[in-house]
Amino acid sequence: MSEHLALREMAIQAIYLASAVFFILGLRGLSGPEKARSGMAQAAFGMLLAIIGTLLHAEIVRFDWILGGLLIGSFIGVVIGRPLFISVPMTAMPQWVALSHAAGAVAATLVGVNEYMLLGASAPAGTMAALGFEVVLGALTVTGSVMAFGKLQEILPGRPVTWPFQNTINFALLVSAVALLVIAAIHPGLSWAFWTMTAIAAALGILMVLPIGGADMPVVISLLNAYAGLSASAMGFALDNNLLIIAGALDGASGLLLSILMCKAMNRSFANVLFGAFGAAEQSSGQVIAGQEMHAVTPEDAAMRLAYARSVIVIPGYGLAVAQAQHALRELTDLLEKRGVEVKYAIHPVAGRMPGHMNVLLAEASVPYDRLYDMEEINAEFDRTDVALVIGANDVVNPAARTDAGSPIYGMPILNVDHARSAIILKRGKGAGFSGIENQLFFHPKTSMLFGDAKASLSRLVTEVKAL
Amino acid sequence: MSLTSVIQLYVFVLAGFVGFQVISRVPPLLHTPLMSAANALTGISLVGSLVAAGSNRGTASSVLGFIAVVCATVNVVGGFLITDRMLKMFKRDRKKTP
Repeated sequence: MSEHLALREMAIQAIYLASAVFFILGLRGLSGPEKARSGMAQAAFGMLLAIIGTLLHAEIVRFDWILGGLLIGSFIGVVIGRPLFISVPMTAMPQWVALSHAAGAVAATLVGVNEYMLLGASAPAGTMAALGFEVVLGALTVTGSVMAFGKLQEILPGRPVTWPFQNTINFALLVSAVALLVIAAIHPGLSWAFWTMTAIAAALGILMVLPIGGADMPVVISLLNAYAGLSASAMGFALDNNLLIIAGALDGASGLLLSILMCKAMNRSFANVLFGAFGAAEQSSGQVIAGQEMHAVTPEDAAMRLAYARSVIVIPGYGLAVAQAQHALRELTDLLEKRGVEVKYAIHPVAGRMPGHMNVLLAEASVPYDRLYDMEEINAEFDRTDVALVIGANDVVNPAARTDAGSPIYGMPILNVDHARSAIILKRGKGAGFSGIENQLFFHPKTSMLFGDAKASLSRLVTEVKAL
Repeated sequence: MSLTSVIQLYVFVLAGFVGFQVISRVPPLLHTPLMSAANALTGISLVGSLVAAGSNRGTASSVLGFIAVVCATVNVVGGFLITDRMLKMFKRDRKKTP
């Protein structure tokens, strides 16, 4: 019997090891768009191996609950998951990723809670500590992700919600959660400590995401990803499962790296994003010099200038996503290219509401990815460009980031739209953008403003270019 | 601290390191698919959920495990489907403009 068990355990470990290798190979596939899909197939295969390996566990004696859960879960995953990405537009991606985080974190939290309920007072300190981390990070991710979903879906106000002593209160809660974790680890019998800790973690998830503005959501979503990963790792420590530790660590690394990249692209520190309540009303720097006016342009003139330009760089922003105008944009650039205009797309790393948001949005409109250029690749080209076409982007092209030390976005690397020979800016209205910061570029003499909904404006431009 | 937990710590640190190395090579172009792939991987909590659901350690435990299995499976299946749909859209320009 024991030999049989040892054999079984070896088989499980071998399968887990293979699974971990496939996860890493899968992530490596993402280093280029050609191999990305096959890479993801490898990762999915790794996940299948993980499930098979787990089902071999001697502890698992009944399969009714498992089978039911897997079937219902797959059903929901496919039925909600698939139409979601046929009918629900790519613009809604960030919130669905957030919701999916919440689902995974619910699982991690419940497993932790269940394990605690079974072990109770007999839990060893090490296991309790791991369980504590798992549940704290899990619960925080659940509520935080739901809040992020609410903000992105605009059920909740996207602007930062602030109240007095916000950071002090959050910090106090965090400290008390950690203190309770220590108490629960030393005295696992004190169940109130464990439950209070869980409740505080859940509350923290809400309180920490509420003050963060919509424009900073890329960082939050990446960070929630990291938390969910670390929660899975903690589960691995609690259950003595190396595969959980590895996959969780990979996730944690990915989430952390992405959030660091996002912060760098905004030239802001982690702390500033998380505790700064960016875009709050009080930060209205960007003094508008009296007498300055924006120069509006008619669609006819704008179309003319685009059609007779030699080179155009398109700068998409969140406004493009909101207006669902990516297909209209594609149509316009196709027309321009047919006329011999050289068209490129400049993608700022934090344009949109999640890392790489604009790339996916344009890919959806079948813009070939070799036309999309990163900020560093394209910034030098603006000097040689006839027209920069800015669509629903604001902060990422605001020269105040370079010149105005008082501006909240000072120091953030921006796209050099002001270096182009001229700029046409598609904007919904005259007000300041999402972050509430005035943009001097819009008042510049070589800048023309085309007001209106991005989709309507682009369609007008398409008609006008056709008519030429 | 037992030897097992020390080894687990090794595994954690090294896996995190590998993750950093591999992921730092992902171009910004694919950052959204990366995030969604990482999201699918969080569904690894399915492993723990399956054990909880199948261990027959009381109804409460089974029910909690069952809910966990459902959620984690949604995460895994949804996550991989999303990622694949997204990656399918990335196309190179075959007919270069004349």
